Amino acid sequence: MKVTVKLFATFRVDRFDIESREYPDGTVVEQIVDELELPREKLGIVMVNSRHVDLDRELRDGDTLALFPLVGGG
Amino acid sequence: MTLWPCSPWLAVDEVEALQAFLREKAEGDLFSWQHQLAAAERFALSIAAVEAAILAADLLPARYQRNRAMLSTQQQARLFRSRVAVIGCGGLGGYVLEELARLGVGQIVAIDSDHFEEHNLNRQLLSSPGTLGQVKVAAAAQRIAEINPAVTVRAVQAHISRANGRDLLADADCVVDAVDNVATRLDLDAICSELKIPLVHGAIAGWYGHVATVYPGEDSLRKIFRHWAGGKGIEQQLGNPSFTPAVIASMEAAEVCKVLLGVGAPLRNRLLTFNLLDMEVVEIPL
Repeated sequence: MKVTVKLFATFRVDRFDIESREYPDGTVVEQIVDELELPREKLGIVMVNSRHVDLDRELRDGDTLALFPLVGGG
Repeated sequence: MTLWPCSPWLAVDEVEALQAFLREKAEGDLFSWQHQLAAAERFALSIAAVEAAILAADLLPARYQRNRAMLSTQQQARLFRSRVAVIGCGGLGGYVLEELARLGVGQIVAIDSDHFEEHNLNRQLLSSPGTLGQVKVAAAAQRIAEINPAVTVRAVQAHISRANGRDLLADADCVVDAVDNVATRLDLDAICSELKIPLVHGAIAGWYGHVATVYPGEDSLRKIFRHWAGGKGIEQQLGNPSFTPAVIASMEAAEVCKVLLGVGAPLRNRLLTFNLLDMEVVEIPL
């Protein structure tokens, strides 16, 4: 299945801004986070099709996954 | 009936004398700083009490004349009667305090437990070589007294927590989240929700930042930090430059102004994210 992955801020460095990527059926958000080697403790907003989701959310063909890093400074 | 907030300190004939003084010295509907000072001295009132009297007489302190195309004298008076608590007086807080004081928010509570260190100098407005080692809230009170003496400041050197938060924030009309860690942000959110006070949230890291406004009952912060695992964000690696705090703090100050006056469309149930490296602004539904 095809999933559009959008990365933001520092997650783009040495990766990409947006890509349409191929994943096996049943892939969950967490597996994509790990595959992209995004540090889990630095995860901020995680959305599928503009809805906030947990990391065990299963993706479907045509979904758009957006991943933002955690921003907490002041 | 005209309300005279200074009247508890003045006899009736003195109130009349003050009113006459204000009418006499006003230029159109503007009242100059020079005459505000003179009124304070002549009637033995604080600058804040004179400011209250000027606004109650439907006059505008001349320092606010460039606000008037967007704020009426009534709205300026409402800002003057408002109390805003700013939590954190560092990168974001320094700019927020500066902007709220110049805007004319009448009562500001500045809360921070920290003092200035050398690594603050690249971005924190209240820091300078001369304030190194100084308590941040003391520098905040000093700066506000310098730029707008009509503002009443309460400086609280403390770390805000669920234990002291209720007492410190109970009488605030709006709370500004300008802290540097997620745990305190979530505590602030819980306190404001319980006290039913709108919370303006801002956070920064390097080239990046975001802002949102949370009204009681909305769970925006829990959505923003849904995946938080207990540590710091990417600010830990990136640090913060001079400009990102200024951008996000200014967004927060604009949100406070709107919340206090009940105008415009605050960032409710949405998070506005800024990427200053690619100059990209993304709005996230919450």
